Amino acid sequence: MSTNDTPMTPAVVPENYLNCSSGFRSWFFTLDHKRIGVMYLASILAMFLIGGIMALMIRTELLTQGQTIMSSDDYNKVFTLHGAVMIFLFIIPGIPAALGNFVLPLMLGAKDVALPRLNLASYHLYVVGALVCVLSIVLGGVDTGWTFYAPYSTTTNTHVSILTLGAFILGFSSVFTGLNFIVTIHRMRPAGMGWFDMPLMLWALYATAIIQVLATPVLGITLLLLIVERVMGIGIFDPALGGDPVLYQHFFWFYSHPAVYIMILPAMGIISEIISVFSRKHIFGYRAIAYSSIAIAAFSFLVWGHHMFTSGQSELMNMIFSALTFSVSIPSAVKMFNWITTMYKGSIRLDTPMIYALCFMFLFGIGGLTGLFLGSLATDVHLHDTYFVVAHFHYVMFGGTVIAFLAGLHYWWPKMFGRMYDEKLGRISAIIITVGFNITFIAQFIMGSRGMPRRYYDYVDEFSLLHFISSMGSYVMAIGFFMVAGYLVKSLVSGPRAHANPWGSAALEWQTQSPPVHFNFDDDPEVCNPYDYSRVQYDAASGGYVRVPSEVKPA
Amino acid sequence: MSDSQSSSHVDSAAHAANPNLQHHFDSMEQQYESGKLGMWLFLVTEILLFGGLFCAYAVYRHNHPEIFTYAHQFLDKSLGGFNTIVLIVSSLTMAMAVRAAQLGQRRLLTTCLALTLACAFLFLGVKFVEYEHKWKHGLLWGKNYEVQGEMAGATEALMIPAAPSQSGSAADVDPNATILPRAARAPEGLAAEVGDHGDGVADAADDHATHGLEPKNVHLFFGIYFVMTGLHGIHVLAGIGVITWLLIRSLRGDFGPDYFAPVDFTGLYWHVVDLIWIFLFPLLYLID
Amino acid sequence: MSTHENERHPDFGHVAPLKALFGTFGALLVLTVATYGATYIDLGPLNIWIALGIAVIKGSLVAMFFMHLWWDGKFNAFILICGLLFVMIFIGIAMLDSAQYQAELIPGYAPAIHP
Repeated sequence: MSTNDTPMTPAVVPENYLNCSSGFRSWFFTLDHKRIGVMYLASILAMFLIGGIMALMIRTELLTQGQTIMSSDDYNKVFTLHGAVMIFLFIIPGIPAALGNFVLPLMLGAKDVALPRLNLASYHLYVVGALVCVLSIVLGGVDTGWTFYAPYSTTTNTHVSILTLGAFILGFSSVFTGLNFIVTIHRMRPAGMGWFDMPLMLWALYATAIIQVLATPVLGITLLLLIVERVMGIGIFDPALGGDPVLYQHFFWFYSHPAVYIMILPAMGIISEIISVFSRKHIFGYRAIAYSSIAIAAFSFLVWGHHMFTSGQSELMNMIFSALTFSVSIPSAVKMFNWITTMYKGSIRLDTPMIYALCFMFLFGIGGLTGLFLGSLATDVHLHDTYFVVAHFHYVMFGGTVIAFLAGLHYWWPKMFGRMYDEKLGRISAIIITVGFNITFIAQFIMGSRGMPRRYYDYVDEFSLLHFISSMGSYVMAIGFFMVAGYLVKSLVSGPRAHANPWGSAALEWQTQSPPVHFNFDDDPEVCNPYDYSRVQYDAASGGYVRVPSEVKPA
Repeated sequence: MSDSQSSSHVDSAAHAANPNLQHHFDSMEQQYESGKLGMWLFLVTEILLFGGLFCAYAVYRHNHPEIFTYAHQFLDKSLGGFNTIVLIVSSLTMAMAVRAAQLGQRRLLTTCLALTLACAFLFLGVKFVEYEHKWKHGLLWGKNYEVQGEMAGATEALMIPAAPSQSGSAADVDPNATILPRAARAPEGLAAEVGDHGDGVADAADDHATHGLEPKNVHLFFGIYFVMTGLHGIHVLAGIGVITWLLIRSLRGDFGPDYFAPVDFTGLYWHVVDLIWIFLFPLLYLID
Repeated sequence: MSTHENERHPDFGHVAPLKALFGTFGALLVLTVATYGATYIDLGPLNIWIALGIAVIKGSLVAMFFMHLWWDGKFNAFILICGLLFVMIFIGIAMLDSAQYQAELIPGYAPAIHP
């Protein structure tokens, strides 16, 4: 292996996927999964910036009662676009298409994903979809909320058709990524790597891909029907024409509930990797975590009605969905307990990725448990459409997925770009983001339980203080994010060169150099248990971890 | 989609043995099996896409059987049946094309692809005749439903006035305005239906059909009909595109026992298009 | 029509026997006529189930023989069945619900004929 032969960090950057060719075409039309992953990463971060700015605009507007910086119509548009941009353009492709694309073939020791052209098509569709969505913003935005509920969405004058067309195209992009991952995991595993020898990240991506393939087409047809409804007045969702608007909600949530697992499952995969590596301990309950990923994917299709408890859905279905909703908590808790048990008696190192992973467990724990309140019928009728739901959603999506995304980004950053970031700033900003996040959303939990409805432009006196605190928290978070952006960009320019294996992981992606060569591996990597750290040892001379040969044949 | 899927095999990498083998695969078999699995997954997404429409169909048919029994009379069973046969024939020729490609029978392959293509055009032609007929008689979706010509006789007893009333003309101008006038009309319709509820509920649907009484919201049937057959038609069009591309490549002699994946995968796609029609035909044309 | 220019079997992938293809074709034609004919017999609520049953048989024939599932690895069939299962869950629950909820709560929405 090249890592064993080159203990010294070379002065000249060896040829790798970043510098093997250059020019716009060599990137935009590349079939290399690593470059596609990096392009995805840049794109979703740009979208995260747009969505984040909108979030700050919302919080600034709500800083004081009455009008602060924008009119109520603009406010409706901004919260709609914040939701749509963050969900369709950032968080759904976030982990699978950006980080997953980069690491999945590396973790399999493969040269590429099984269908590289489809992978590129997925990215191009993403770009087209993003442009269409941005077009709807430029033309004046949409004010329906990101759920596009009929009948308002079929009658409003804003640009719903364009935004939904964008989301429709993005759906194809998502399906292609998921499809590709399933095929790759099925057909490209190296000799010696069985299903239960895969890193758990791959199980998580596999479960995610199942949902992407099975659920996204239903979103496609839903949005298509909505567009047809608006353009031609077909009447299926329009009560004025005898249609059924509750059916729209069934259609929408049949996709969009599983979609939240598209967002959280890969996050759980990242955490499974990081907890084990930074505890230097074999992951506890490998099979339980693997199966629970698949179980979450399966259960996710059976609970969508819990978004519709107050929509006019029948009482029978309300009860069935409420009962089924609790079943999802079981596999989620299985993962949680396994992570905690993995850390037990481990030798824990608090590097930036691990800090994020710990924050994830804290925030996701709160998000998950408040989900149980909302899943039980009687409480939900009270809390439905309040800030409690907003806070719960953000605890899972931000506290869960975005924090895990940041964990993964910091974890694989040295592999992606071959540079180390400033570790101290990394830890500090992780803590700032977490603290700011809690200030923002704990205030919203309190407001919600006291009856502050979501999506309102104005509020009564008694919520003034809590809204003020919440807005302040969001500014703290923003500071944290600008710090992250700052030191990550700096590391690209002047960060120290990264070792092939800076964290001491036993998974295959760390067996190649950082950044990897164009075809990923110079020699076929040695397939081994990804959580067996006995053969990975710190090498002071090179400043990273190397594999030591052992007499015992690895399991 | 099947296009980008199978065209990935055109890439000629450094593998000396077969120029169609891509660099990241070890063998043609691995490449073929990967593509096939990907194609099947794609087909499942197609089935779920149509699944949404079948769901809309099932919900409305279950709750408003009278609309379906009444409205399906306006569809031409014979043309629908003829189109079913056309698609079945095209499925056979497609399956034959796959077999011919696998066995390297180039002339047969070209013939079969051409026949499949002809069937696809024939299908669309018949579909066009059907659509035109409905267009002429105003048998359309939603607010465009306005029965004309000889069909109008059956709709004397309309519960919603078809002639442009005050509210009707407002509806044409401003989509925002539709919600109020339409809703305002509903009570009349409801009142009429309450009457039906009084005597023999189960027979209500039949009464409507046999007495030529038009039930409320017939346009929902046509809405569903046009969306389902329209989306299916778009898939036929996409199939025509891909099969044409295959035809050109087959004339060039690209396919043989070593390389037939594009024909095979397009075949799978085409069979799914046939499969969906197999369900659409009885559900839309053969009610009752 | 059969031209035998260098006929040889491929190393992978199954070649469907002609008998199976034409047999399937014949069965599909017969079943289409049967579906058509069944509309002239009135069996009340059974009508739709007969029509759907015939469609399922036809669909299975296409999937098994035209689409090679009969000879393929079982995983492809598994994917197809999973997809159909999820469609059925979706349709089943949506129907169960829409037949139950109080449609009169939605202004303008016409309630079901069958209560």
